[in-house]
Amino acid sequence: MTTATALDTLDRLESEAIHIFREVAGEFDRPVILFSGGKDSTLLLHLAVKAFWPAPVPFPLLHVDTGHNFEEVIEFRDKVVAQHGLRLEVAKVQDYIDDGRLAERPDGTRNPLQTVPLLDAITNHRFDAVFGGGRRDEERARAKERIFSLRNAFGQWEPRRQRPELWNLYNGRHRPGEHVRVFPLSNWTELDVWHYIAREGIELPSIYYAHRREVYLRDGMWLAEGPWGGPREGERKIEKTVRYRTVGDGSCTGAVESDATDISAVIAEVAASRLTERGATRADDRLSEAAMEDRKREGYF
Amino acid sequence: MSDLLRLATAGSVDDGKSTLVGRLLYDTKSVLADTLDAVHRASADRGLTTPDLSLLVDGLRSEREQGITIDVAYRYFATPKRSFVLADTPGHVQYTRNTVTGASTAQLGVLLVDARKGVIEQTRRHAAVLALLGVPRLVLAVNKIDLVDFDEVTFSRIAKEFTAHATALGYAEDAVVEIPVSALAGDNVVERSTRTPWYDGPTLLEHLESVPVEPDAHDAPFRFPVQYVIRPRTAEHPDYRGYAGQVAAGTVRVGDEIAVLPAGLRSTVTGIDTADGPLPEASSGQSVTLLLAHDLDISRGDLISAAGDQPTVTDEFEATVCWLSEKALTPGARVLVKHGTRTVQAIVTELRTRFDEQKLASTDAPGSLSLNEIGQVAVRTAEPIPVDDYAKDRRTGAFLVIDAADGSTLAAGLVGAPLPEVDGVESCTEGGDAAQPDSHALVSPGP
Repeated sequence: MTTATALDTLDRLESEAIHIFREVAGEFDRPVILFSGGKDSTLLLHLAVKAFWPAPVPFPLLHVDTGHNFEEVIEFRDKVVAQHGLRLEVAKVQDYIDDGRLAERPDGTRNPLQTVPLLDAITNHRFDAVFGGGRRDEERARAKERIFSLRNAFGQWEPRRQRPELWNLYNGRHRPGEHVRVFPLSNWTELDVWHYIAREGIELPSIYYAHRREVYLRDGMWLAEGPWGGPREGERKIEKTVRYRTVGDGSCTGAVESDATDISAVIAEVAASRLTERGATRADDRLSEAAMEDRKREGYF
Repeated sequence: MSDLLRLATAGSVDDGKSTLVGRLLYDTKSVLADTLDAVHRASADRGLTTPDLSLLVDGLRSEREQGITIDVAYRYFATPKRSFVLADTPGHVQYTRNTVTGASTAQLGVLLVDARKGVIEQTRRHAAVLALLGVPRLVLAVNKIDLVDFDEVTFSRIAKEFTAHATALGYAEDAVVEIPVSALAGDNVVERSTRTPWYDGPTLLEHLESVPVEPDAHDAPFRFPVQYVIRPRTAEHPDYRGYAGQVAAGTVRVGDEIAVLPAGLRSTVTGIDTADGPLPEASSGQSVTLLLAHDLDISRGDLISAAGDQPTVTDEFEATVCWLSEKALTPGARVLVKHGTRTVQAIVTELRTRFDEQKLASTDAPGSLSLNEIGQVAVRTAEPIPVDDYAKDRRTGAFLVIDAADGSTLAAGLVGAPLPEVDGVESCTEGGDAAQPDSHALVSPGP
């Protein structure tokens, strides 16, 4: 793909995302942007800023915090929020575990536990539109997702009962208690995301670029030490040059060996990779053939 | 040449559509190793000796269990020549609903037939729906060509029959291409087959990479549905008032005279803003913010139009609707119409004709329209809206019909768009010859 070609595609994707943000601002009362400090949500926020410039982004942000964070990402999250003068709500999985509403899973991963705090936050704040950074190229079940995805009072996704999405006329109507998940990055691929980050000079948490880190091998993935536990007995820590392709719950997000210290090196690496970002580094998607669909049906993103 | 092609697939159940899409992804190396491993594992679990490529795309539990595609999915793949967004639509029961969804944004439709069965009723129906929705180009993939021993005569007969049908729907001959393929074995999908020496046309991928894409309608009259009014009221921008939206058609330049509809106000464009700085002009597809010379009362739902060439502002219009809901439409139904950025109350006052799927012709005054049926209706809106004919403008001629009670999308609406009338097609499907392009073809594909 030539550079000029990539730019054309990026302009089109940017314009579509801006259109989606403005539709939601025009039709909903209480939208919120899910923001973790990861690359997709950082991109999402960048596009939101563009959509409403020179006015501020008219939505708050929501982070569902599993408690298994990379420090660099939380620092970055707080810095970006302050930069844009936005309000950040944080829903903490740890609070739910502490008071017994949720139980720690035997495998230690907290990714699936995010659903309950997310749905509670949506209900408590009466959010009626929730922006997420999900892309259809990530996973088979996501390929079936609409840009405007109606969720019932339990946050559930029912793939058989989705509204047809026609032209660029989005139907955001919902009844009290229901809400709509909105995915402005639906039509982006991982490579589009990186090309755009390069073009716009968007700052990301440092862990997306190659750095030295102590890691240990578990189920074929390089995990880092953290509050999620590990290394367990028999798992040996070694220092490696790695980077992260996705940033999620630390217990199930693996690092990839990489020497890519800047964006152009990352782009070259992603373009040459024979593994999807989730397949490479997300343990939770390996649970079953339909792991993502099952979680989405429960209200997950 | 455009770097992006949006395409939609259509075909009956078991024509091998998922396999074709899987093959396209697989042979263009758009499938990464871990995804492929998963397909190998799942295929082996099912006792298959070769990987079932349809598992690459049928992502939902029930799809994999039943071996069918249930809902539209979007796939992305790229070659050095072009990027592709593929709307992968199921051929199963809810055929029209899904075909309409995929076709609404497609620049090219890929129809599949089974070489042993040839052009069947559903093929003709799908082609008619694609024509109605204004999809500019068609490809017929004559699949399972290996199961008819790569027989040239069989292929030619199917190709001729399909060309006749498509031209009767209003397609120019060069807008329609037929290709003999075996999705299962990979013949002529990405790799050229040695088993069809008589075929000298492109492979499916070669065609997708080189087919001209009709450019966005930059020279059409300017249309701009106002999405949102941007008023920062900050110290830096105390008086800023911009009208944000995406250019639906045409081009706007600083200095252009515009009209604001439905009110009919006039003003001049004094600036075209983006977060990256001002622009001298903006064309269809671009999201921008317009600044105007006058302080007018403009809000979401208004349409800014070229002053000289305006859409019709009306509260009564004819339209074609593709009914997408299990709740049937009856005359007098109270609904919502979402057109551009405006949602208005409306009544479907009359059902004029229903598109007869058997005959590909219209029948008069049906009592109702049910799921997957297409009909011509008369609509009255509570307030006037600015509409274009769908045949002229796919964006400002389109609308949604929404259920006011539960918010569901009931129908895809096309302002004006007359139903296809294809007399004489039956004779050519029965006999396979004597196909005559029909002079009554009312649907013109695309702008």
